[in-house]
Amino acid sequence: MQNYFSLFQLPQQFAIDLKQLETSYRGIQSASHPDRFVSAAPAERLQSMQLATTANEAYATLKTPARRACYLLSLHDINALNESNTAMSMDFLMQQMEWREALDDAKQAKNINQLEALAKLLQSEAKSLQAELTDQLDEKKDLSAATDITRKLIFIDKVITDIHQAIEQIE
Amino acid sequence: MAYSDKVLDHYENPRNVGSLDKNDPQVGTGMVGAPACGDVMKLMIKVNDDGIIEDAKFKTYGCGSAIASSSLVTEWLKGRTIDEAYAIKNSEIAEELALPPVKIHCSVLAEDAIKAAVADIKAKQSAKVEA
Repeated sequence: MQNYFSLFQLPQQFAIDLKQLETSYRGIQSASHPDRFVSAAPAERLQSMQLATTANEAYATLKTPARRACYLLSLHDINALNESNTAMSMDFLMQQMEWREALDDAKQAKNINQLEALAKLLQSEAKSLQAELTDQLDEKKDLSAATDITRKLIFIDKVITDIHQAIEQIE
Repeated sequence: MAYSDKVLDHYENPRNVGSLDKNDPQVGTGMVGAPACGDVMKLMIKVNDDGIIEDAKFKTYGCGSAIASSSLVTEWLKGRTIDEAYAIKNSEIAEELALPPVKIHCSVLAEDAIKAAVADIKAKQSAKVEA
């Protein structure tokens, strides 16, 4: 069965070569470009269009670490974003709340330096979670631990997005 | 998507925002989170010796529906026993606030926060009995 990893000839794991992802993606995009199918049969044209659409979605999914982890877990029938699962480590949620408070304070004070420092801190948190994901998904194959880390990473990515939005609003 | 008037009311004038002393033996804390939208909810209840909830405070980072759900439950909790609190269902919250299907998970978050806070106070109470 073809999945997003095999589509780009990548090994099915968390640690991937982003350059190879990019190259394979560009390859598929140019091979399935509509200009090449102007005089092709309708069925063939449709097929190439579907391939291009799948490649777009696959590329966007694999490029972002949190989405890549979610996708890997989904291949094992695990939904990391399950809405009925709201339990998370108390320490992490406390930390999450502190980051949110720090973001609010800095936003109100229109303090760009503070916002940038917070973004930097969270980016380094995200990096270490990604290293943990490589370990749990590719080495230890502990899917339950990997699910927890993925959920944390999604939270952190969300805060980082909100910080960048706050910075844009001030600038 | 339009929010209902009740959601807007709670969102614009949230009730009982804040914290209680988490080290108080009569205070139970529930914290839950939903990664899909990055919501975090903290609910604290103060329970007297008769098992009645005297006070409830919340702090929520999330969308309007999540804030409204937690604001609403703090109003509902006051004066109830912890067992009555535990029995509150997310469907009651969703119905009261007229939440659309895509926002039902916000009421699930509030129900789970209540259950976590009750579990915390029960753990504190049984620790006290054993001590």
